[in-house]
Amino acid sequence: MADSARLLVADDNKVNRLLLARSLELQGHRTAMAENGLIAFEMLRSEPFDLLLLDINMPEMDGFEVLERLKADLALRDLPVIVTSAAEGMANVVRCIELGAEDYLPKPVNPVLLKARIGASLEKKRLRDRLQEMVRRFATPEVAQDMAQSGFALGGRHVHGTVMFSDIRGFTSLVESQPPQETIELLNTYYTLMFDAINGRGGVVNQMVGDGLMAIFGAPLPLAGHATAAVRAAQDMIEMIELLNADREAAGKPAIRIGIGIATGSMVAGYTGTQQRATYTCIGDAVNLAARLEAHTKVAGRHILMDGGTRSELDAALRTDALGSFALKGFAAPIEVYAHG
Amino acid sequence: MRDPTIDLAIYRELQETAGADFVVELVDTFLAEAPQMLAELRAAHATGHAERMRRAAHSLKSNGLTFGATALAEQARALELVGAGADGAAALDTLEASYGAARERLLELRNG
Repeated sequence: MADSARLLVADDNKVNRLLLARSLELQGHRTAMAENGLIAFEMLRSEPFDLLLLDINMPEMDGFEVLERLKADLALRDLPVIVTSAAEGMANVVRCIELGAEDYLPKPVNPVLLKARIGASLEKKRLRDRLQEMVRRFATPEVAQDMAQSGFALGGRHVHGTVMFSDIRGFTSLVESQPPQETIELLNTYYTLMFDAINGRGGVVNQMVGDGLMAIFGAPLPLAGHATAAVRAAQDMIEMIELLNADREAAGKPAIRIGIGIATGSMVAGYTGTQQRATYTCIGDAVNLAARLEAHTKVAGRHILMDGGTRSELDAALRTDALGSFALKGFAAPIEVYAHG
Repeated sequence: MRDPTIDLAIYRELQETAGADFVVELVDTFLAEAPQMLAELRAAHATGHAERMRRAAHSLKSNGLTFGATALAEQARALELVGAGADGAAALDTLEASYGAARERLLELRNG
């Protein structure tokens, strides 16, 4: 049995309204009623509901207009709507679905069918809410909003984008030399600064492990000039670390150094995991390469390293040094490596 | 043989799914609301308001189907789809007669 949900029944006909509300209450849901579209819309805007059961023929504002208004309302556009109507003709059904209705049930509504459709709609809503919550957690509010507006494309897909890996040099010995509380504080400051730099350039941090992080530029949403955005974000990160170090040195603490690896190419992006725990991630050579380049910063003695793919898409204003070809773990052929800054 | 005034199979099913006590309440609501719908239908016809007429007929049809008042629902549906036509007044008389019969039967069932 699904959890109790709060449903709104909009129908101008009192018998229909009472009967629908009764059916829903017998199924364990809580209900509220509205006698026309306008009242329904106002209620939806002022109170939270999980689902709307909507009649089409109503005075003041009919069901079609309610659907149109919901679609145009950012806060309400994801509310599942099941249209219940005795309206004649297939054209009405089609119009409702086109306007975003989840389902259409002819009146009189069969209670068994009603139960099944409501269960399916609520389940879909729960899933969507959960995904939205996850998006909120890893994306900036702007990105989350853009995604909500453009509709979720969360299944796996091929994207062309830029991946960044970053971590703190010598972090393990730093951890051993200071009290645990200080390590956590440092990490919190560090992540706050890094998120700021990455989000500020349109990137999305999708993984944090210890002192390392992975960010994507160009997914889940396309980003024009993603290679340039990633390198500029890297510059910003280095600058922020320098500011942090000035503070730390003033407090008599050791400076920290970070290394950043950037690679560009096509990858598969999407959600992976289980129902309980999922994460948005990218899989592909570019991801592995970015991780290897990040590790290679220690060898090269440079803060920011990138591959040829990133360099070829880079804004001309950003200068790079060709460091030559290196054999990197996991790659059969030597990789051309470029440094910036 | 199914009774077109009130199809008992549909009425009993309604009682079963919504609860007999609730159906009593629902019948009362319908009998309180239906005269307004019929009056609206008459007024819309008299003033030539096709859309108002269609709406009122639609509501009556919908409620008729709920209680198993199949004759009433059929006649209301005809009005919804094609309007009153040339014999508007006669069609409305027939509809009101069907409603009267359905009303009586519903009262019997409600009290019985």
